[in-house]
Amino acid sequence: MNKFEVSNLNLFYGDNHALKDISLKIPSRQVTALIGPSGCGKSTLLRTLNRMNDLVEGVKITGDVKFDGEDIYGNVDVKQLRMRVGMVFQKPNPFPMSIYENVAFGLKAQGLKDKRKLDAVVEESLRSAALWDEVKDRLNSAAFGLSGGQQQRLCIARAISMQPEVILMDEPTSALDPIATHKIEELMDELRKKFTIVIVTHSMNQAKRISDKTAFFWMGKLIEHGETSQVFNQPNDKRTQGYVSGEFG
Amino acid sequence: MLQDKRIFNRDTQDKLLLAAIWGSAAITILFLLWVVWHILSNGLAYVSWEFITSAYTRIGEASGIWAMIVSTIYMVGLSLGIAAPIGIMTAIYLTEYAKPGSKIVKTIRFCTESLAGIPSIVYGLFGMTFFVTTLGLGFSILAGSLTLAMLILPVLIRTTEEALLAVPMSYREGGYALGSSKIYTIYRLILPSAMPGIVTSVILSIGRVIGESAPVFLTAGMVTQIPQSVLDSGRTLTVHLYKLTQELFTQHEWDQAYATATVLIVLVLILNLATKFIATRINKAS
Amino acid sequence: MNTASKVRTTGLELAPAKTYDWKELLFHLLFLASAMVGVVSVATIGWFVFQEGLPAFSQAGVLDMVLGREWLPPALYGILPMIVATLISTAGAVIIGVPIAILTAVFLAELAPRWLANIVRPAVELLAGIPSVVYGFFGLVIIVPTIETLFNIPAGNTILAGIIVLAIMILPTVITISETSLRALPSVYKEGALALGASHIYSIFKVLIPAARSGIFTGVALGIARAIGETMAIIMVMGNAPAMPGSLLEPARTLTANIAMEMSYATGIHGSALYSTGIVLLVFIVLLNASLLYLNRKRSY
Repeated sequence: MNKFEVSNLNLFYGDNHALKDISLKIPSRQVTALIGPSGCGKSTLLRTLNRMNDLVEGVKITGDVKFDGEDIYGNVDVKQLRMRVGMVFQKPNPFPMSIYENVAFGLKAQGLKDKRKLDAVVEESLRSAALWDEVKDRLNSAAFGLSGGQQQRLCIARAISMQPEVILMDEPTSALDPIATHKIEELMDELRKKFTIVIVTHSMNQAKRISDKTAFFWMGKLIEHGETSQVFNQPNDKRTQGYVSGEFG
Repeated sequence: MLQDKRIFNRDTQDKLLLAAIWGSAAITILFLLWVVWHILSNGLAYVSWEFITSAYTRIGEASGIWAMIVSTIYMVGLSLGIAAPIGIMTAIYLTEYAKPGSKIVKTIRFCTESLAGIPSIVYGLFGMTFFVTTLGLGFSILAGSLTLAMLILPVLIRTTEEALLAVPMSYREGGYALGSSKIYTIYRLILPSAMPGIVTSVILSIGRVIGESAPVFLTAGMVTQIPQSVLDSGRTLTVHLYKLTQELFTQHEWDQAYATATVLIVLVLILNLATKFIATRINKAS
Repeated sequence: MNTASKVRTTGLELAPAKTYDWKELLFHLLFLASAMVGVVSVATIGWFVFQEGLPAFSQAGVLDMVLGREWLPPALYGILPMIVATLISTAGAVIIGVPIAILTAVFLAELAPRWLANIVRPAVELLAGIPSVVYGFFGLVIIVPTIETLFNIPAGNTILAGIIVLAIMILPTVITISETSLRALPSVYKEGALALGASHIYSIFKVLIPAARSGIFTGVALGIARAIGETMAIIMVMGNAPAMPGSLLEPARTLTANIAMEMSYATGIHGSALYSTGIVLLVFIVLLNASLLYLNRKRSY
């Protein structure tokens, strides 16, 4: 079953044609990796999936993005879409508040006030993000006191708190050291059981390690996508071949 | 030979310029120290609890500035009560809602910059005609506060805007990516993050309100009684100092003038320390 | 995990977007309305000042007012003496204050040992916040008597006293802004000049000050604006006689002082003439800002 079905998607930043005629199916409860050289449009595509591109001035989109069969650029409530499609950013972006408040932020924004329920969700989310044991004694201290890797797992917990169906990850480990990266990758292996994950990554090894499906982008076009093993081992396109073998990118 | 001479000249020139720089710095420091020292050394002795809490009398020995302190506090509270919400909301509009570079932003910016350029005496002129006479508020704390609110609005807007722009884009993205509404994200995430900067701008505005005098006596008047309501006239500390300097005959009057000036300098010092305190806290946080 | 699902309407379908999100719209309008306060304020002030000032201009004649040398309400409304007093006191303050201020800024940004700069800088900031009446008071008790003794004149309330007080008052403004713009320069400027064998002083005057000029111009313009607009300190030390001053050692009345001194009792055309005075003051401010724009645009290639 497909969580997202993107068809004939074109995206323009003013005159810049950033995504060219993309069609792509993203399967449910699997990890899909978007790879390609910088500026190839992979992050832009990721941001069309929860309509974060709406925040950018002068973006124009044609084509279809269907989420569970429903066109998200049609008449839908964007806030609800974003609750169901969570996002983790390249640089950990904890809010300037306590660990607890960070995780509770999304639910409080929806008007949830019940302290017991909030406590439960915060604990569950932090457990799911494999952070609970490290922070359970200092939930009320500032999130900035955490290490980079912990901050990123906090951001994952914050996304999980909304119980999304999808988690979009925009190069989530590019700002982290190898040990923290390894922890996040382990975590993703757990998360794939419950969530659909779409991850943009620069690291081909990471894509190989964690993803089920891989899509290769080049200059705003989707060149190739399929099973990760196929894309890396028997690419159909020369450009994919060149990129995954490290010739450019 | 020629070459040598030029180098020699440049050396002399450098030394002269260096002397000019050190000399200028010395002049600046000396003059500024002199102003503060002269006031404090003549005024501190006369500042007492009694002076601060007593009513003003022209001749009595127990004369003080309590009414002026109350009027000043009223003026600060009311003008900021009016201007701070408007200024902060304007800054929110400019940074979070308006399209950057759009016509409406340009208009608002042009107008606030123009407001900032208007000399304070013109505010006094306007306030006296519009608030005091046309709106019939009379010489009152309210008329004065409305006038000063207009006067401090541009600085409040600009500094709050800077504080909001300094909030990382990633906070906004993080908030919106959770499906939070715009207003919730602004209220619970962006404003709290910008709060130290906003508080600093409010403190700066307090200093401005305390320091103004010309537009104040033209709108709030100079009555030396404690104002019973915002529709009463009141005399602020700066206006009081001005009135005192008009009649410096007895030692008693000199003492009062110096003491009032001392109180003003101490107030400014406290406000400055407060902004410094907040600034170091911002630096620590980031 | 069920807790979270209770706070939103989960379902297979996304709810349709609300046509109007009333809460968001309400706040949007509230913020927009606040932003309009500044616009309305400028419009109202402008309208009032011109509406009130024009009768005097039309009755007394613009040229007769601006070039008139006698201020004798309700008969004559010549404000040339005030224009001259404003221009001279401001120019004098700039001539004395600006070089000292810029050199002090250079001192703080380039030459001062760190510990000294860390003392002087906050002191200068403190002085920027001291109320102008305090400077006026200082001028009245120190500078005015000094001028009396020095030049052996009966009253020290003169243009010279005004110039000195204004020069002191504009120092903090010009210093702070000039220093900020000097510090904002990328270090490559200085390193480049020093690498070519230029002396530190030479590179300051030939490279750094020119590179920071737009910031310095802005600081100077703000200083000038402060001098032109200053009212109370000037009233306290300049004597305020509305006659054409013959020298720096005579009293004079600035445009601002003219308004502040007579506004509380002026009526009719006299009141209107004070508004006209305000218009002339505004014209000076507009000219000042226009020339700043011109200078900073022309040179920013």
